[in-house]
Amino acid sequence: MSKWSLIVDVAECHNCNNCFLATKDEYVGNDIKGYSAPQPLHGHKWINILTKERGQHPMVDTTYVPTMCNHCDDAPCVKAGGGAVEKRTDGIVIINPDKAAGRRDIVESCPYGAIWWNDELSLPQAWTFDAHLLDRGWKEPRCVQSCPTGALRAVKKSDDEMAVMVAQEDLEPLRADLATKPRVHYKNLHLFTKAFVAGEVLGEKNGVSDCLSGARVSLKSGGTEIASTETNAFGEFRIDGLEPDLGACEIEISHSDFSGKTTKRTIKGASVVAKTVVLKGSP
Amino acid sequence: MTFSLFLWCMTPALTFYAWRSPKLRDLMDAKNFVAQIQTKDGSRARWYRFDSGRLKSGAGLHDNPDVVIKFKTPRLGVQVLLHLCSGMFHFAYPFLRPFLDPLTVINAAKNFGFEVQGDDEYSLHFTDLMNAMLTHHWAQGTPVDKGETRYVNQTNGGPVFVYVKGEKIVRITPMDFDEKDAPAWTVRARGREFTPPHKSTLCPHGLASKSLVYSSKRLLYPMKRVDFDPNGERNPQNRGKSGYERISWGEALDLAAGEIKRINRNHGHGAILNSHSSHHTWGNIGYYLSSNIRFMNAIGYTKMVLNPDSWEGFFWGASHHYGYTMRMGTAEPYGQIEDCLKEADQIVYWASDPETTCGSYAAFEGTIRRQWAKQLGIKSIHIDPYRNETATWLGGKWIPIIPGTGPALAHAIAYVWITEGLYDKEFIKNRTTDFDKYAAYVLGDDDGEPKSPEWQEPETGVKSHVARALAREWGNKKTYLSCGGKGVGFGGANRSATGIQWARAMVCLMAMQGLGKPGVNFGNLTVGAPLDMQFYFPGYADGGISGDMEGTADAVQNYQRMPHMISMNTSTQKIPRLRIPEALLDGETHGYPTDPKSLEGQFMRFGYPAPGHSKIRMMYKYGGSHFGTTMESNRLAKAYQTEGLEFVLNQSIWNEGEAKFADLILPACTNFERTDIGEWASSGGYGHHNYNQLNHRVITLQHKCIEPLGESKSDFQIFLELSQHMGLSAYFGEAKTEIQWCRDQFLSSDVSKVISWKNFMKKGYYVVPPEENEANRPPTSMRWFYEGRKKDVPEPSPLPAEYGEKYLEGLQTQSGKFEFEPNSLKRFGQDPDRPPINRYIPAWEGRQTKELMDKYPLQLITPHPRFSFHTLGDGKDSVINDIQDHRVLIDGHYYWIARLNPVEAKKRGINQHDLVKLFNDRGSVICAAVLTERLMEGVVHSYESSAEYQPVGEPGESPDIGGCVNVLTPKRHMTEKTTASAPNSCLIEVEKFAIRELAS
Repeated sequence: MSKWSLIVDVAECHNCNNCFLATKDEYVGNDIKGYSAPQPLHGHKWINILTKERGQHPMVDTTYVPTMCNHCDDAPCVKAGGGAVEKRTDGIVIINPDKAAGRRDIVESCPYGAIWWNDELSLPQAWTFDAHLLDRGWKEPRCVQSCPTGALRAVKKSDDEMAVMVAQEDLEPLRADLATKPRVHYKNLHLFTKAFVAGEVLGEKNGVSDCLSGARVSLKSGGTEIASTETNAFGEFRIDGLEPDLGACEIEISHSDFSGKTTKRTIKGASVVAKTVVLKGSP
Repeated sequence: MTFSLFLWCMTPALTFYAWRSPKLRDLMDAKNFVAQIQTKDGSRARWYRFDSGRLKSGAGLHDNPDVVIKFKTPRLGVQVLLHLCSGMFHFAYPFLRPFLDPLTVINAAKNFGFEVQGDDEYSLHFTDLMNAMLTHHWAQGTPVDKGETRYVNQTNGGPVFVYVKGEKIVRITPMDFDEKDAPAWTVRARGREFTPPHKSTLCPHGLASKSLVYSSKRLLYPMKRVDFDPNGERNPQNRGKSGYERISWGEALDLAAGEIKRINRNHGHGAILNSHSSHHTWGNIGYYLSSNIRFMNAIGYTKMVLNPDSWEGFFWGASHHYGYTMRMGTAEPYGQIEDCLKEADQIVYWASDPETTCGSYAAFEGTIRRQWAKQLGIKSIHIDPYRNETATWLGGKWIPIIPGTGPALAHAIAYVWITEGLYDKEFIKNRTTDFDKYAAYVLGDDDGEPKSPEWQEPETGVKSHVARALAREWGNKKTYLSCGGKGVGFGGANRSATGIQWARAMVCLMAMQGLGKPGVNFGNLTVGAPLDMQFYFPGYADGGISGDMEGTADAVQNYQRMPHMISMNTSTQKIPRLRIPEALLDGETHGYPTDPKSLEGQFMRFGYPAPGHSKIRMMYKYGGSHFGTTMESNRLAKAYQTEGLEFVLNQSIWNEGEAKFADLILPACTNFERTDIGEWASSGGYGHHNYNQLNHRVITLQHKCIEPLGESKSDFQIFLELSQHMGLSAYFGEAKTEIQWCRDQFLSSDVSKVISWKNFMKKGYYVVPPEENEANRPPTSMRWFYEGRKKDVPEPSPLPAEYGEKYLEGLQTQSGKFEFEPNSLKRFGQDPDRPPINRYIPAWEGRQTKELMDKYPLQLITPHPRFSFHTLGDGKDSVINDIQDHRVLIDGHYYWIARLNPVEAKKRGINQHDLVKLFNDRGSVICAAVLTERLMEGVVHSYESSAEYQPVGEPGESPDIGGCVNVLTPKRHMTEKTTASAPNSCLIEVEKFAIRELAS
C-alpha cells in the first residue's frame, strides 16, 4: 500500500507564502463534504511558516519552516478523536467535519499545534493534504503545486520505499522527541535547530588590512577539533550544524603567511559571530 | 437583391436565436422599439418592431422608427453586415476571411458611408441584440469533474486556472500545461541541460485573487457622497470624511455625464483630469491604456504624465551614457540566461531582490534559473541595507550599505580597478569616450581627493577592506550585475536622491568590465529567455481598443493589424502624476516628460496650466489608489479638499484609498467578471519583449468566470454607457461588445493562425513554442557592441534618427560609443546636480544632512512590496493581510510592518510587534515593529504601496494607520531639472506608540 508523504526542504523555502495562500484559497468559502468545512477567512494558518533568524548583523541567515498537519502514523488526534478523526489507508489523517463538531479536545491533542479551532462552526480543523483533490486524481496537493522553489514535494510510496528515501535524503521529523511518526519529513532542518559560528579574518601587511582568504579555521571544544574550514574571498568563515548548547570553544585561525591567532567564544543557545580577527603578516 | 435578402433573413434569424438563447430573449424583452435598416435613399428598407419580446418586421419605410441605420449603397450594407456576422460561423471563418474587408467597414464609418440615427439608448440596444445573436453560442471554459468548469484568466502575477461551480469561484491556481501545449526550452551550460518545468508560476498576490474578488471591501453599487449636491452645496472640504449613499446606475450616469458636460461647457479645454493607476487588472480591452484612453480621448482631458517610477535613475541618468531611452535607460534583455549559465562566475545583486519583486509581472519564473546557477557554483554577492529575501535564500556575501551612498562605493570600486589594472582596457579604448576624465575624477587628479576604499568608508559604512575585496572579486571574475528585480535596471537605490548617480555609476562600472563580453552583462537570470520573439500578440501598451496614436504603441504595433477607429486627445495640457497635489493646491506646477524617443526629450520642461487652458475642475479617477505611491501622501488628501475641484468621480473595484475622497463612486468589476484577452507579462511598447522573463509565453482569452458581483460593471461597459449620454456610444464601442473586441485582438495576432477562435475561447490559452532552432534564438545583449558589429538583438530601438552615422551601428549616444562624459548632459548643462562627469554628490536628505539627522536620525527605505502588486493585493480584507511578514494583527487592526535592527529598537524600548510611530515633519504612520538582524543600524525598512490610507482624524493632518509610509517620504525630485521621485532619501524618527494615544 503506498501512502502520501510531504517533504519540506527548509533550505529552499524563501517565505513566498504560496503554500499558505493556496491552502487558504482551497478551503476558505468551500464546504468540502466529508473532508473539510470552510476555513475562516482570517486567523487560521493551516500551513504556518515559522521563522528562525541566526547570527548577528551582518553575518545572519534566516530559515523558514513551513509547518502543517503532520498526518502522523501514530497520531494523538486519532486517539483522542474516538472515531471523529480518521487515518486513511493512504496515510492521510482527516478530521471528519460531521463527527468532530464541538470537540475542542482534538485541537489540544495535537502536540504540534497544527489543529485550529473554528469558532463559528465549533470545529477542529487542519490541513487535509488536499485529500479531496488527490481522490479526484490530482497529482499533488495545492501547496506543492504553488511552490516555486521545490521546497515542498509530495510523494506516494510504500513504508519501505519511504524509509529508504528518509535515509538517502537525510530527512528528519520536525520534533523527533514527540515520536508520533509524522508523514511530513524535513530536509536541512539543522538550519532551524542547530547553531553556527562565523567570523571575519583580515590580514595586515604594510599597514593595510585586507580580507584574508584561505586562512584555516579550526573550531575546538575541550581541546579537540570539532570542525574546520577555510575563509573565503571576503575573509569570512562559517561552521554550521553545531549543537546550540556547545558551550565554551576556541577558534584557532592560521595562515601560512600570517601569524596565527586564537579567539574564545561560548555558544549558548544561539549562533555566534566572532569579532573580526586581524592576523599580522610576516614583513 | 442580396441586401434585401439579408434584411429579410434577420427576422427568422433573430427569432430562431431568441428561441435558443435566454440571454437574447431577455434582451428582446427589455425594450419596445422600432429599428430600421435601409439604404440612404430609402429604396431598400426593412423595419423591425420589438414589442414585449416579440419581433415583427416589414419591408419598406416605417412611419416612426426609434433607430435608423442607413447605408450609402446596398453593396456596402452587405459588406458591413457580412463582416458583423462572420463571428457566427467558426467553421466557415477561414473560408470567409478573404472576402471580409474590415477596412471597408472602418472607412465607411469614418466617411459616413453608413450612419446611425436616433437616440443612443435604442441604437446601442439594437446593436446589443445583433451582437447577442452572433455571440450567444460562443462557449468559454472547459468542463471538469464535480460540476466544475475550468476557466482561464491572467493576473499581474501570472496566468491562472479558475475553477467555477454554480457562479462561484472555487479555486484559482497556477497553470499546469498539458501534453498538447508546447514544451519548454532547454539551455545547455557547462555540460548540463536545463529545462524549466511544464507549468506556470504565480505570485502571492495572484494566488490571493479569489479573496480579492469576494472581498468585503468590494464596491457593489454606485454611491454618492451624502453631502455632495451638484445643484447646491458641494462641500469639497468634507472629501475623505463624509459617508456615502447608494444610488442607481441611472442616477449615477446622469450625474457623471451631466458634470462632464457642465464642466467642459463652463470651463473649457483641459478642465477634466484623468488620473489612473499605472497598472490595472490584466487584459487588453479593460486596461487603462485601452477602454479608459478611448473614452477620455472622446471627451477631451488633461493627461497625467507618469514619471518612470521604477526606472528613475536609469532614465534620467544612465541613458545619457549609453542610450536605451525606449527602455527607460535599462539594458538590452536578450540571451542573458544562456550566457550567464554558461560563462559567468558570479552575480552581484545591487539593490536587487528578484524573489520579492518578481521581475515585472513575471512571477517566480526566474527562481528555478537562480537555483541552476547555484548548482553550477555561480556565486552571489548582495549589496543592500537589508539582507533581502533573495540574499537570504541564495546565500552569499552580504554587504550592507548606508542608503543613498551607493555611488561612493561604485567610485571606490572603479578606483581599485584603475589602480590595479582590473578593467577592460581594449573596450575602454575602442568602445568608449572620455574615460580619462572619469579616471581623473576617481583618482582625485581633478579635485585632489582619490575615491579610494578608505574615502568611501565613512560615507557608505562599508569597510575599506570589504570594498577592496569586492572590487577585486568583481574585477577578476566574469560578473553579472543585477540592478533591481529584473536585473537590467530598476532597484530601490535608483529611487533616492542619488539614484541618477547610482544608475550612472552602474553602467560606467559595466563599461569598465567590457559590457557584452561573455559572462559580463546586466541581469540576474530573470530576463533573456530563449523564446520566440517574432510570434506576434499585442501587449497591453499596444493600446488595445484605444486607437490612441500618441500615448500607446497602437500606431507602431497593432493599428495596421486590427482595423479600428483612431482616437485622439485634443487637449495638450498635462500634469506630472506626482504634482497633481500642487496643481490643485497651488494652481500651478511643471514637469519634465518621460519621453522615450531621444536623450534630449526629457529636457523639455512643460508647465501647468498650459497657455489658454482651464485649470483642473474635475478629476476622473480610474483604478487603484495613489496614496500608497505618492510621496508626501498627505498633500493628496488636502488637494482633494480644494474648492476649485468641483467634481471627483472615482471608478474603482474596492472601497479604499482615493475612493473615499470621491463625490461619485462607480463600481467596476474585476477581470474575473469580464471577458478580456492578454498575454502574460506582455507590456507591448512599454517594455519590448517583456515576456522574455518567462519559461513559456502564455496567451490567454481571459474568460468571464462569473457575472459581475452586485451591480458592478466592467470598465468597458461603464465607459460605453457613459458614452451613450454623450451620443458617443457608436464611436466608443464601434458596435462591438468586449468579446468581439477580444476576437478582433485575436484575429490581429499570430495566434489566429495556429488555433481556431472556437478552440481558443474554450481552452482559453495558447503556449507559444520556443525557438526550436537554437541558431534563431536571440543573441546575447551587447555582444554585438562588444565585438564591434552591427546591432543584432531583436528590438526596433533606438529609432533610425538616433544613430549618428550608420543605421544599427553603435549606441544611441551622439558618438555612438559609451560616453563617460555624455554629450547630451554637457549640451544641456542646466542641471548642477547632474554634472557630465558622474561626481559623487551626497544626498539632500540622508546621513550627510547633519541638521535634519539630529532631529530624525533614522533613514527610511521603502522598496517595492513582496505580497502586493503595488496596491493590488494589500488591504481589501484579503488573505494577504494574514501573511505574518505583510501585516500584523493587533487589537483587531492589521498594521503595516516597519523593520528595525534590534540595537535601534532597544534604544527606543521597542519590542517585537510593538506598535510604533514613524514620523517626521511631513506626517506620521503607525506600524507594527519587526526586529531583525537583517537590517543595518540606522535604517528602517518598510515596503511602500499600501492600499490603505487611513488617517485617524483630519485627512492630511493626522496619523495614518493604513500603512501609507509614503506619507513620510519627500516630494522633492532628484535634481532640479527632472521629474524623478526619490522616496528612498527619507529621514524619520521612530517611537513606541500606545493605542490609547489614538483615542486622544
